Amino acid sequence: MRKLLLALGLLCASLAPALAAPPTTLRIGLREDPDILDPTLSGSYVGRIVFAGMCDKLFDYNTKLEIVPQLATSYTYKDPTHLILHLRPGVLFQDGEKFDAAAVKATLERDLTMPGSLRRGQINDITSINVIDPLTVEIVLKQPDSPLLAQLAGRPGIMLAPKAIASEGRQFGLHPVCAGPFRFVSRVPQQKIVLEKFKRYWDAKAIHFDRLVYEPIVNSAVRLANLQSGALDLVEFIVPTDVAAVEKDPKLRIAMDDALGYLNVIFNVGNGPEAKTPIGEQAKLRRAFGLTLDRQALVNAVYKGLYAPVAQANAPSSRFYIPAIQPPKRNIAEAKKLIAETHVPTPIHLTLMVPNSPDLLQVAQIMQAMAAPAGFDVKIQATEFASALAAARAGQFQAFLIMWSGRADADGNMYSFLHSGYGFNYGHYDSPVVDKLLDESRIHQKLATRKAIYAKVFAQVNEDAPVIYLWAQKNIVGLKKSLLGFRQVPDGIIRVQGLHFAN
Amino acid sequence: MQGQGRIGARLAQAVPTILLLSVIVFGLQQLMPGDPALIIAGEAAGDPHVVAQIRAHLHLDAPIALQYLRWLWGVLHGNLGYSWRLDEPVTALVAQKLPVTLQLSAMAFLFAVVIGVPAGVISAVKRDTVWDFIANGVGLFGLSIPTFWLGIVLILVVSVDLGWLPPSGYVPLMQDPLRSLATTIMPAFVLGNAIAATFMRHTRSAMLSAMEQDYVRTARAKGLSEPRVVLRHALRNALIPVVTLGGLQLGTLLSGAVLTEQVFGVPGFGKLVVDSVFNRDYPVIQGVVLVTGALYIALNLLTDLLYVLINPRLRAA
Repeated sequence: MRKLLLALGLLCASLAPALAAPPTTLRIGLREDPDILDPTLSGSYVGRIVFAGMCDKLFDYNTKLEIVPQLATSYTYKDPTHLILHLRPGVLFQDGEKFDAAAVKATLERDLTMPGSLRRGQINDITSINVIDPLTVEIVLKQPDSPLLAQLAGRPGIMLAPKAIASEGRQFGLHPVCAGPFRFVSRVPQQKIVLEKFKRYWDAKAIHFDRLVYEPIVNSAVRLANLQSGALDLVEFIVPTDVAAVEKDPKLRIAMDDALGYLNVIFNVGNGPEAKTPIGEQAKLRRAFGLTLDRQALVNAVYKGLYAPVAQANAPSSRFYIPAIQPPKRNIAEAKKLIAETHVPTPIHLTLMVPNSPDLLQVAQIMQAMAAPAGFDVKIQATEFASALAAARAGQFQAFLIMWSGRADADGNMYSFLHSGYGFNYGHYDSPVVDKLLDESRIHQKLATRKAIYAKVFAQVNEDAPVIYLWAQKNIVGLKKSLLGFRQVPDGIIRVQGLHFAN
Repeated sequence: MQGQGRIGARLAQAVPTILLLSVIVFGLQQLMPGDPALIIAGEAAGDPHVVAQIRAHLHLDAPIALQYLRWLWGVLHGNLGYSWRLDEPVTALVAQKLPVTLQLSAMAFLFAVVIGVPAGVISAVKRDTVWDFIANGVGLFGLSIPTFWLGIVLILVVSVDLGWLPPSGYVPLMQDPLRSLATTIMPAFVLGNAIAATFMRHTRSAMLSAMEQDYVRTARAKGLSEPRVVLRHALRNALIPVVTLGGLQLGTLLSGAVLTEQVFGVPGFGKLVVDSVFNRDYPVIQGVVLVTGALYIALNLLTDLLYVLINPRLRAA
C-alpha cells in the first residue's frame, strides 16, 4: 500500500508541471528604448515605466496624484529639516537580501555620491541619512525641502539591493536588483526587456503574470499594428490620430486621462547675442505673439482636440493646477495694439526652433499662419532633437517649441525652468521676484500655501512672457479589452499591480 | 601562390583603410551638433552640475586627439569601449547585433538573387515580349517603392488583417528556427525587393550584351540547345558584373538596413547605429562603423575571389 501511495505521489509530482496553468506573459509596448536600467544613472522617461515593473519606491502616487506608501509605510517631520521614515517590514530584495533602513541609507548615499549620478540634484538638500532602527530611518536636510517626498516617490525613491550595488558597481544597470514585483531576466537593447515574477514580493497577491516583457517600438503605426495583431497586450502611448483605429477594434480599448506633460514656447530673453532681438528684449512683443495663438484650434487640428490648453506649467490633472489661470483667447487687435506700443516696425522676424517631429512641425506651421496677421514673420527651423537641445543650451535660438514630460510636484515643472542659473531655463530668464518666490515655495509643506506662491509666479511669468504655455497632454494607453485592473495615474507610468486578464 | 600573395596584399591594404575610416568617423562625429552629456542627462539635464559631471566622467572635456588615442588604444587591446547610454561593452552589443544583421542580409540577398537574376535573364532572352514587359514592370516597382511604405503595408495586411506573421520583433535562429524565419521573412522580403530590382536591371543589361557576342553565335552554330547557350555561355559571362554588384549590395545590407530595421523592429546594426546617432552614443557609432568597414573590406576580397572562380582567364593573370 505504501509503495502504491509512493508511486502515485511520484506520478502526481511528475505531472504537476504539465497540469499547472501555462505561464502568463504581459507584453507592454514602449515608445522608445530605455537607457541604462540603473535608477541612479537613468534619465529617460520610458526607463521609469520599466522600473515600475521591477523596482518599488519608498512612496508612490495614486490616481489622484496623492503620495501613498510603498516601501515606506509612513513619514513624519520631526522639524522641517528632519524627516523620519517608517519602513515596511518583511520586504525582500530580488536576491533575497532584506530591505531595511541600512538599504535606504546605502541607496540614497549612492545617489548622492556616485560619479555621474542623475539623482544628486533631486535630493542634494540631504546632508545625512541616519539608521534609527532596522525599520526607521532619519533624513537630515540642510534646509526645508518640500518637494523631497515627491522625489522619494520618483527615481531617487527606488530602493536597490545593497549587496548588488556593492558587487556590481557601475554595471548594476546590466543586472538590476530591486524590491519590486518582477525580477530582471534579460535585455536585448532595442528589442526587449524580460522580467519574471518575484515570488517573494511583499505584495505578491497583486501580481497576476509570470512574465513581463517590455518591447520598444519607435514607429507609432507599427506599435499600433502590434496591438491590433495581439502581439502586445498594452501600449503605453497611442498617438491621438490613432485613437479612432483602436476604438474601432472590438478587441481593444483606450484608457485616456490628463497627463502631466506640457508643450511650451521658450523665448531667448538673455542667453547670448540671439537674445538681442526686439522679441527677445520686449515682453509686450512676446505677449502679443501669445495673443495670436488659438490653442484650441491648434489642438483640434493636430491632436484631434484631445489636449487641454493651459497658461501654466501644471496640468489640469495636477494638484498644483490653478483653475483661475486660463489662457487668453486669440485677439489679433490686442496683439497689434501691444506691437504698436513698442514702436517696433512690422514684420517682426522670429525664428522658431522646432524638434524634427511631424506633429510639432504641424503645430509650428499653424502658429506661423496664426501669427502672421498681427505682423509676425515666423521662420521655422526644424532641428534634430539632440542638436536642438545643444543649440538651446548654447543660446543659439530665438524661440524654442519644446515639450516637458511633467512632474506630479510643481517644483519639477517650474524650478529648473524659471529660476535663474538652471539648465532648463534655456532663455536665461532672470527675475529676482520669481527666483525668490520659487525658493520660498520649497520651504512650505502645505499645498494651499505653495499654490498661492505659484499663482504669484505665474502672474509674473505671464507678464514677462519668457515662456508661453500651450497645452497639457493626455496619457493615451491602448490595451486589450480582456486586460482588466488598469489604474491610470497622470504621470503615465504603468503600474502592473492589479493588472490581470479576464478568465 | 600568386593568389595568396594577392590576398595578402589586399589584407595589408585593409589596415590603413580601417585606420583612416576610424579617424574620419571620429572626426565627423565631433562635428555633429549636440552634446552627449545633455542627452545622457535626459530629464535631469536641468541641473548644470549633473551635466558638468557627466562631461568630466566621459572625458568629453579632453582634447579630441587624446580622446581618439584613448579609444584606439582600447581597440588595439580588443576593447571597443562602453556604450554611454547603456553602460554595456560595445563588443557585446556588436556580438549581439551582428548575427541578426547577417541573417537578415543573407535572407534579403537570397530573395534578391532568386527573384532578380532569373527575371533579368528572362527579360533579356524574351526581349520586347510580354515577359520582358512584366519583368521590367516588377523591376520598376521594386526600385521605386519606398521600403518603409511597403513594410507598413505588409504589416497591416499580413500581420493585422490575415494574422499570418508577427508584425515586428526578432527571434534568434538558434533559439527557434521557425519563429526566427517568421519574424525575418517580411523584413527580408522588403529589403530584398529593392535589390532584386537592381539585380534584374543589371542582369538584363549584361545578358543583352552577352547574347550579342561571337561566342554565343558560335555556340548556337555548333547546334547547342538554347537553354544551354543561355545558361552555360551567356549567363556565365554576364554574371561577372552582377557578382560585383552583389558584393557591393551585400556590403550595403550589412552596414545596416536602417529603415527596414526601424519599421520591423529588427534589432540589427542599422537600428543600433540610428539610435546611437540620435543619442550621441559615440563609442557605439565608432565600434559599429569599424566592424562594418572591416566586413565591407572582407566582402570585397571575397568578390575578387569569386571573379577567379567564375572567369578562368583571371586565374592565369
